Amino acid sequence: MTDILRVDMLTRHFGGLAAVSNVGLRLAEGELVGLIGPNGAGKTTVFNLLTGVYPPSAGTITFSRDGRELALGGRKPDVVCRAGIGRTFQNIRLFKDLTVLENVEIALQQNHRYSLAASFFRLPPFARTEALVREESMELLALMGLAKVAGEQARNLPYGDQRHLEIARALATRPTLLLLDEPAAGMNPAETAELTGLIARLRTEFGLTILLIEHDMSLVMKICERIYVLDHGVVIASGSPGEVRANPRVIEAYLGEEV
Amino acid sequence: MEQLAQQLINGLSLGSIYALIALGYTMVYGIIQLINFAHGEVYMVGAYVGYACMTFARLGFFESLLIAMVVCGALGVVIERVAYKPLRDSTRIAALITAIGVSLLLQYTMMAFVGADVRTYPALPDYLTASFHIGGVVISAQSLLIIGTSVLLMIALQFIVHRTRLGKAMRAVSMDADAARLMGINVDNTISFTFMLGSALAGAAGVLVGVYYNSINPLMGVLPGLKAFVAAVFGGIGIIPGALIGGYFIGAAETLVSGYFSSLYKDAVVFAILILVLIFRPAGLLGKNVREKV
Amino acid sequence: MANPMVRTLLTRGVPLLLLYAVVLAGLNLGLIDDYLMATIATLCINIVLAVSLNLITGFTGQFSLGHAGFMAIGAYTTGLITIAVPTVPGFIAGLLAGGLLAALVGFLIGLPTLRLRGDYLAIATLGLAEIIRILLNNVEFTNGAAGLAGIPQMMDWNWFFILTVGSVLLIRNFLRSSHGRNAIAVREDEIAAESIGVDATRAKVLSFTVGAFFGGLAGGMYASYFYFIKPDTFGFLKSIDILVIVVLGGLGSLSGSVIAAVLLAAISTVLQQFTAVRMILYALLLVIIMVFRPQGLMGSREVSLRIVGRLFTRKPTEPDEPEATR
Repeated sequence: MTDILRVDMLTRHFGGLAAVSNVGLRLAEGELVGLIGPNGAGKTTVFNLLTGVYPPSAGTITFSRDGRELALGGRKPDVVCRAGIGRTFQNIRLFKDLTVLENVEIALQQNHRYSLAASFFRLPPFARTEALVREESMELLALMGLAKVAGEQARNLPYGDQRHLEIARALATRPTLLLLDEPAAGMNPAETAELTGLIARLRTEFGLTILLIEHDMSLVMKICERIYVLDHGVVIASGSPGEVRANPRVIEAYLGEEV
Repeated sequence: MEQLAQQLINGLSLGSIYALIALGYTMVYGIIQLINFAHGEVYMVGAYVGYACMTFARLGFFESLLIAMVVCGALGVVIERVAYKPLRDSTRIAALITAIGVSLLLQYTMMAFVGADVRTYPALPDYLTASFHIGGVVISAQSLLIIGTSVLLMIALQFIVHRTRLGKAMRAVSMDADAARLMGINVDNTISFTFMLGSALAGAAGVLVGVYYNSINPLMGVLPGLKAFVAAVFGGIGIIPGALIGGYFIGAAETLVSGYFSSLYKDAVVFAILILVLIFRPAGLLGKNVREKV
Repeated sequence: MANPMVRTLLTRGVPLLLLYAVVLAGLNLGLIDDYLMATIATLCINIVLAVSLNLITGFTGQFSLGHAGFMAIGAYTTGLITIAVPTVPGFIAGLLAGGLLAALVGFLIGLPTLRLRGDYLAIATLGLAEIIRILLNNVEFTNGAAGLAGIPQMMDWNWFFILTVGSVLLIRNFLRSSHGRNAIAVREDEIAAESIGVDATRAKVLSFTVGAFFGGLAGGMYASYFYFIKPDTFGFLKSIDILVIVVLGGLGSLSGSVIAAVLLAAISTVLQQFTAVRMILYALLLVIIMVFRPQGLMGSREVSLRIVGRLFTRKPTEPDEPEATR
C-alpha cells in the first residue's frame, strides 16, 4: 500500500517558541490514524500546517493523489483543499448565517464551475450546474442525517448536528484525506458512540484516509489503527493503540490526565 | 541645500501638528479598535475655541491653548459616552459609520453657529513673530513655538502613559480589555480617559494650526484628520511612538512635495504613501503582523 | 402557470412595468416636472451605487470607503466619450467603457489591498478615491477643477429604467450563483471558506471588480443626465452618502438598499426646505440609526417583488423556494 501523506521534519516557530518541531508522519491509503497528546501539544498546529493555514518554518509535506506526488508545504488552504485534503475545526467554523444546505453547496460547487457570464445572465450551464450541486448536496445531507434541517440556519442547529454538518461540508469537497479536529468534543457518551460508528462507515463508503485529533480515548482506542502521540510539539510515540497505551513516555506526558 | 533645510524646518512644524492629531487616533484605535473619524472635528473645535479665547476674551496664547485642550478633552468624553459606548458590542462597521455621523454632526453644527466663512486667527504678540536667520534658513519663533509646544505635550503624554496608574490601566485595557476588567480595572473610565487625552491633544493641535496657517473654517478638520490617520497607520496604528514618526514623516513629505514639485499634488502623494504602506507593510513601520488564531 | 419562467416574469415584471408606465405617463402628462425627474434620476443612480457597494461591503464583507472614486471614473469616461461621439452608440460605448475602466482600476487596486483587514481596506479605498479626485482636479483633458460641461444628455426615463432594473437584476443573479456564494462564504468566515476550497482572494477581487463596474456605470448615468460634472462631486462625502444608504438598508440586503435609497430620497426632498439644518439632521439621523438599529432597516433579509406581484397574479402561489442570498 502506498503512502497518501508523508510529513518530514515539519517545524513551526511562533516568535521564539517552537510549537511543532521535526514532526514526521506517514499515512497509508485507507488508514485511520489518531493524533493525540495533552493540551497545547501542538496537534491543531500540525493540522494548520498540513492545510496551509500557516506556512511551515521548515520541513516537507508530500501528498499523493492518483499516483502523482504534490509538495504542499506553504501552499494556500484552498489549494490544499482542492488537492484533496478536507478538514473540520476544533471550534466549529460553519457559515452560521447561511442555511445548512448552502454550507454544503459552497463546498460542493468548487468542483462544479461555470462562467461569470452564465451566472450574470442565467445561461443554461447555470441552471444545469445549480441543480446538480443541489442534488448532490441533499444526498450528502441525507447521508449525515441532516436532510430534514437543510433549510435551517446553521446557527440554529443543536451542537451535535453542527459537528455533523462540518463533516458533511468537508466531505462535500470530495477529499481523499480527511482531517478531523476533535470531532467528539462536547458530545455525550451516546453521541460519541454514534459518531465512532459514523466515522468508520464514512471511511469505507468514501474510500477515505482519516487523521483525527481526539481527546476522547474511547473513540480513539476503538477505531484508530495507528496513533501518533505529540507532546511539546514533538512526536514522542507512535504505533498501535495497545503499544501506545503501554508506552511509559506517553503515560508520563499524560500524567494527571486520563489515559 | 538651504532650500532643503528650509523645507524640513517647515515640515517639522506641520509634522508636529499631524503627530499631535495622530496620537489621538492611535490611542483610541489601540484601546477600542475604532477609527475615530470625528477626531479631525475635535481638532477643528479646538481651533475655534482658541480663536474665541484670543479674539473675544483677549487671552494669551498659552491660556487659550489650555482652555482649548480642556474643552476638547471634555468633548471627546461626551462623544465617547453618547455615541460610541452603546455600540461597543456591535460590528465595527456600525461603529465606524457612527464616527462618520458624529464627524458630520460636528462640522455642520459648527457651521450653523459660526458660518462657513474662513476666520483669521488673531496676530501673536511680537516676541512670537520674530524670526532667526541661520545661514540662509529662516526659523520663525512661530515654528519654534509649534514644535516646542508639541514636544512638551508629547513628553507629558509619554509620562502619563508610562508613569501613572491611569496610563498603566490604558495599556492594560488595550492589550486585553476582558483580562483588565477581571483585574479590577474600570474599563469604561479608562476608555473615556483615553478619549480625553487624545481629544485634548487634538485641541492643542487645532490652536497650533490656527497659528500656523492663520485661518480656520468648519471643514478644516477633514483633510488633516485623514492625513493624521495616514500618519498613525504609517507608524503602526495603536503604537504611540509610531504616531510621532508617522506625523513627522507625513509633514516632511508634504512640504517637500510642495517645495520641489507642486503643492497641487501634495495630498495625492500622502494618500499614495498610505496605499503603498498598506500594501507592503500593513502593520506599519513599528507594528508586528499578527495572525488570527484558528 | 406551469412554466416557472412565465410566472417569475409575471410576478416580478408586472409591478415593474406598472412603475415604468406610471412615471412615463406622469412625464407625458406634465405631472412630473424637471425637478421631480432630477430626483428620480438621483434615486436611480443611488440605487445602482448602493446595490453595487452592498455587493462589496454587505455581501463580501470588504469595507470600502471609496465608491465615489469608481463613480468618478465612470462619469468622466462616459462624459468624454459622449462629447467626442454624441450619438446613442457613442453613449452606450461610453457607459460600457466607463464601467470597464472602473472595473479595471478596481481590479488593480483590489488585488494588493484586499488582503488587508477590514478597516485598513476602508482607508486604502478612501485614499484611492482621493487620489482619483485630486488627479481629475489637476489634469488638463478633464478640464480640472472647473469641471466638464456640455455632455450630451442621453439619459431619459427609458434608460434609467433599463439600467437600474438591469443592474439590480445582474447583481442579484451574481449573488445567487456559485460566484456570489463564494463571496458570502468569505464574509462569513474566510478561514473556513478557504478550508473548503474557496479561493478567497479571487472571490474578493471578483466582487470588488464587479462592484466597481456598476459604480462606474452609475457615474456614467450621472454624467449623461446632469451633463455637467466636476471632481468635487465625487469626494469623500459622496462615498459616505452611498455607504449610508447601504448601512441604513442593511448590509447584505439588496432590497434593503433599494428601500433605503427611496427613503433617503424622500427625506432629503423634505429636508430641502431646511437648508441650514439639513446636514445636521442628516448626521443626527445617521448616529441615531446606528445607535438604535446598527443592523439597518432590513438586517440581511430580503423582500421580494413577488409580494407585490401576487396582487396581480390571482392564483395562490406555492411556498417560496428558499431564498438563496442572505
